[in-house]
Amino acid sequence: MTRALVNIPKQAKRGETIEIKTLLSHPMETGYRRDTMGRAVPRDIINRFVCSYNGVEVFRADLFPAIAANPFITFYTVATESGELKLSWTGDDGETRTETATITVA
Amino acid sequence: MRTPGLLSLIILAEVAGAVVPARAAEIPQSDRRSGYDSMSPETRAMQDDDSANPATFWVLDGEALWNQKAGEANRACADCHGDARDSMKGVAARYPAFYAARSRPIDLEQRINICRSEKQKAPAFAPESKELLALTAFVGRQSRGMPIAISIDRMVEFLDAGRSLFQRRQGQLNLSCSQCHDDNWGKILAGNTIPQAHPTGYPIYRLEWQGLGSLQRRLRNCMIGMRADPYEFGSPEHVALELYLMWRARGMKMETPGVRP
Repeated sequence: MTRALVNIPKQAKRGETIEIKTLLSHPMETGYRRDTMGRAVPRDIINRFVCSYNGVEVFRADLFPAIAANPFITFYTVATESGELKLSWTGDDGETRTETATITVA
Repeated sequence: MRTPGLLSLIILAEVAGAVVPARAAEIPQSDRRSGYDSMSPETRAMQDDDSANPATFWVLDGEALWNQKAGEANRACADCHGDARDSMKGVAARYPAFYAARSRPIDLEQRINICRSEKQKAPAFAPESKELLALTAFVGRQSRGMPIAISIDRMVEFLDAGRSLFQRRQGQLNLSCSQCHDDNWGKILAGNTIPQAHPTGYPIYRLEWQGLGSLQRRLRNCMIGMRADPYEFGSPEHVALELYLMWRARGMKMETPGVRP
């Protein structure tokens, strides 16, 4: 089972810079390793992470095979209005894992 | 007749070598420190924040396993032990503990597997399997911040066995655990600070492993580094070493699940 841990403040003042911390459980298999029988282990990584804030993209990252398992991504954004933050991780298999969090801006 | 001369020279050198390095005693209790203290601020922050500590994934999986019925008995851990937050508080800080049915100490992983095979009537988890690590991390998490409280009642001979394994030279490099971790802690080996080897945070998320691992996996790493033949998972030697290391760290605070570089 893939798990995601997201740490976003529930409340913030308007104009305040907030830190968003995300951790996803994923093997980030590079595609360069071989198993005990010498067969190549197919590449399986998360290749894209996107965060949108009320539908507007505020952060995007491309990930590569050199990034360790269980990628931990933290970044900052400015709290502009109350609403929803949507975080999505897309893997080589085309599947997207999405987490949402609500924030109240006063 | 050059050979005898050379031979006596070698013997002389060996005698001198045996005399010069004086072995340090065990680390005084007040000088003991966790490997946490020599980590970078970033790695410490990762351990301290559950939402940044990747071992949290195993703890959450362990919680799910705790509540999941298993085996022919169709019982979950929670059916006997209830809420682990109460029933498992401080348990990991007391292991390895004496197990009367086998007349020897067992570690936490063995305790979990005994419960599993005898009470749940389910197949035991393999060493280092995701499930065993998850349950061990979940149980260990309930002791976080508590002092290690090993009782050596009935276990003195096993403690002595562990101590002698720790102090015995082994492997092609002819090193003992003690030479690094008692005599030379704090110095640099291959770019890393040599820790005192206190098992305060196991199972740990080791960045080098990109995953969670047990104390036995870590001990096997050290033995391979000394070019010694590592003990099997679950062997009495491993448990004796674990017992000695936990006793050596008695009173220190549990950090489970720890993060190490």
